[in-house]
Amino acid sequence: MKVIELHKSVTESNDRDAEKLRRELRQQGVLLINVMSSAGSGKTTLLSRIIRDLGKELRIAVLEADIDAQVDAERIAALGARSIQVHTDGMCHMDAGMTRRGLEEMGLAETDLAFLENIGNLICPAEYDTGAGKKLMILSVPEGDDKPLKYPLMFRESDVLVVTKIDALPYFNFDLEKLVERVHHLNPAIRIYPVSAKTGEGMEALEAWLREAVREWKVPAQL
Amino acid sequence: MHELSIVTHVAETLDEIAAENGITRIGSVTLEIGEVSGIITDYFVDCWDYFKVRHPLLREAVLKLEEIKAVTFCEDCKREYETVKYAKICPYCGSEHTFLVTGNECNIKEIEAETD
Repeated sequence: MKVIELHKSVTESNDRDAEKLRRELRQQGVLLINVMSSAGSGKTTLLSRIIRDLGKELRIAVLEADIDAQVDAERIAALGARSIQVHTDGMCHMDAGMTRRGLEEMGLAETDLAFLENIGNLICPAEYDTGAGKKLMILSVPEGDDKPLKYPLMFRESDVLVVTKIDALPYFNFDLEKLVERVHHLNPAIRIYPVSAKTGEGMEALEAWLREAVREWKVPAQL
Repeated sequence: MHELSIVTHVAETLDEIAAENGITRIGSVTLEIGEVSGIITDYFVDCWDYFKVRHPLLREAVLKLEEIKAVTFCEDCKREYETVKYAKICPYCGSEHTFLVTGNECNIKEIEAETD
């Protein structure tokens, strides 16, 4: 037997697959957004609201990743958006290969904007590139304003932070200003949108960002 | 955390390397694991043992793990310190402007293999 030195990062094969998928999606003009958050932060409720608000002007599809069950995909399908449920069979995150298989199964013809609703957890999804064009994370008010201190990687990796359930602010000890300060300390470039998908407060600003992101994505990349 | 999926990523990479180099059998795999990579080595070994018997190329492969110490660098006083002991705040000057130099790795360092 001979020794072969490799010095390869374990995530290298995934990073390569992710880059390839991102390039293909760009060519097809489909903006895939990786949506990450804890369980129960209101991912599906937020996406339902976005589909209701933007469904007439953008063709939206949702890839629902869960360890098991079908309920999320059923909620999205009820709104008329294309959706597919992906079961990771116990895996705590989506990687580029799983994302590709899910998208191929669902089909992306006539799609402008696709959401990948990642597994509910603030740790593992941050470490795996799925091939998405943008990363959006959700933090809900009941989870607390200290989460950037506990899960810094997720906040560092995301392009956008949506703070959900702001209609519940009066009932929680949640300091929005302090949160913004903590998050910007970790990631000065991140955009922060506080919203309530229930009352609609703040949705306009988030949806304006989404529209702009889709428009930009469709401009052919400068080579 | 996600030990099993790391094992599958290692296997994928090794499959590619085996195909490129005409490797028929792998005797051992040496991984470098950073102290703060979040990988729990006990779980990792269990996942490896579970997976390898299901993956012909790795069936006989012995897993060797080498730990890489976590070291943080302070941008203000330009000194390095042990991450696990002091975390984000520099113990010398109290600065928060610090970054991790090593300790987050998960690399395939080398393998022992037989080729055609």
